[in-house]
Amino acid sequence: MDTTFVLLSIAKIAVVWGGVLTGAAILVLAERRISAWIQNRLGPNRVGPFGLLQSAADVVKLLFKEDIVPTAANRFVHDFAPMISITVALTTFAVIPFGDTIEAFGQNVKLIVADVNIGMLYILALTGIGVYGITLAGWSSNNKYSLLGGLRSSAQLISYELSMGLSIIGVIMISGTLRLDEVVMHQTAPLAHSMQKLPSWLQWLIPVAGWLPSWNVFFQPIGFITFVVASFAETNRLPFDLPEAEPELVGGYHTEYTGMKFGLFFLSEYANMITSSALITTLFLGGWHLPFAESWGLSPFALSLVKIGTFFVKVTILVVFYIIVRWTLPRFRYDQLMRLGWKVMLPLSIANILATGLLLLWWS
Amino acid sequence: MTIESILFYVLSAGAVGSALFVVSRRNPVVAALWLIFNFFCLAGLYLSLHAQFIAVIQIIVYAGAIMVLFLFVIMLLNLGDERRLVEGVTPRKVVGGILSIAVLVELWYVFLGTPSIQHAALGNRATEIGTVEHIGAQLFTKFLLPFEVTSLLLTAAIVGAIVLAKRKLD
Repeated sequence: MDTTFVLLSIAKIAVVWGGVLTGAAILVLAERRISAWIQNRLGPNRVGPFGLLQSAADVVKLLFKEDIVPTAANRFVHDFAPMISITVALTTFAVIPFGDTIEAFGQNVKLIVADVNIGMLYILALTGIGVYGITLAGWSSNNKYSLLGGLRSSAQLISYELSMGLSIIGVIMISGTLRLDEVVMHQTAPLAHSMQKLPSWLQWLIPVAGWLPSWNVFFQPIGFITFVVASFAETNRLPFDLPEAEPELVGGYHTEYTGMKFGLFFLSEYANMITSSALITTLFLGGWHLPFAESWGLSPFALSLVKIGTFFVKVTILVVFYIIVRWTLPRFRYDQLMRLGWKVMLPLSIANILATGLLLLWWS
Repeated sequence: MTIESILFYVLSAGAVGSALFVVSRRNPVVAALWLIFNFFCLAGLYLSLHAQFIAVIQIIVYAGAIMVLFLFVIMLLNLGDERRLVEGVTPRKVVGGILSIAVLVELWYVFLGTPSIQHAALGNRATEIGTVEHIGAQLFTKFLLPFEVTSLLLTAAIVGAIVLAKRKLD
């Protein structure tokens, strides 16, 4: 293990954490401003220009608040639960490539923190662990509303993790790899390449759609939809925010949390939003790939920067989509949530795997 | 001592220690948490044996799904501490103790009799055996029949579980 590798890894971790944490802070403000825009009001605009320093003020407030732990709570688990949430939220990004390669210190550096060959399994494993933060927070608070929130989150996560994993399988079948950087590389060819094998009565599609990039969303439309819906459920965002449904459960699993411990839950929710948007981008929307960017004749370094910028823009669009959905759709009822998860999403994603398999068999 | 053996001792100590905590904690939720920690130590041990796939599956299936379900049930039943169940030395405990020592001796005997497998003997193949590609290839060629039979068994178990649950509902 040479020093350059260690230094580069530290630099990449710093970039990713800086990006995710700053992004989460800006996102909190964006959420409030966009919700205000949707509800025809102004939102926070007093602190700094356009209210940009609102998040900083919020963090200072949270840090100086008293940490209240209920008398009958399990103290250790109560402290431990937010740590699990934030750890999982900050480590999932490690296997997501946020750019192609970049010239630095005289070598080509892959823009991915952990270049492991089981990237997708790593992400599935971490989303499975993330639920403990919420479940344990609900249990340790010794409050019936918190407990209900924790129970709901564990049931919801198990139900939607299945369809999430199954909709990834379609992508794995097409790309033939579990490495996320190779999944992105696989999506960079123009769509015309894979359209050569279409039957003759569909050949007219090549001039119409052949210029499109071969992003997985065009091959896996159903997988894309089930994955996005499952991601909403996994991040506990509306319309799936039953673990913290305010009208029914006061505050859900974080009812008994104050100060920065509550802040950590809040932060991890927004960090999770960024991570799952990045994952959707990587798996289905071509990651850092921008069609035709290679033909602009840019220098390699500028091209790398363009790719990072592309990734950033795609993630931003998805995150804004998350926010708009939250302020547009009402919350599901619990039985509707379960029915959707088990009777619609699961059969759909299994049918998607079957269809993908048959098509691949016919295609080759 | 190489870094591998240091890792092995740390992870093994974690696994054994957390297993002891699982059986000795009175609060069922805390016991379940120690079991999760135990699964992580085991996953670390698998990783040090180059079995990445087994390690990640250990986390996804056991720590990520089964233990969530365990916690769900424990929390749903809202089990209290097991104070009432604490009893003195009973014949059951004595027999249990003797049996566990017997199992330990048996395991020890088997391990001593097994020739030790050296990673060096496997050469470069050692790192490839545990990969997803290798396991997948083996499952769909050499072990295809057992693999398919397992899926049948699982389907039967799922149908059985639904039948049992449905009878209660009717």
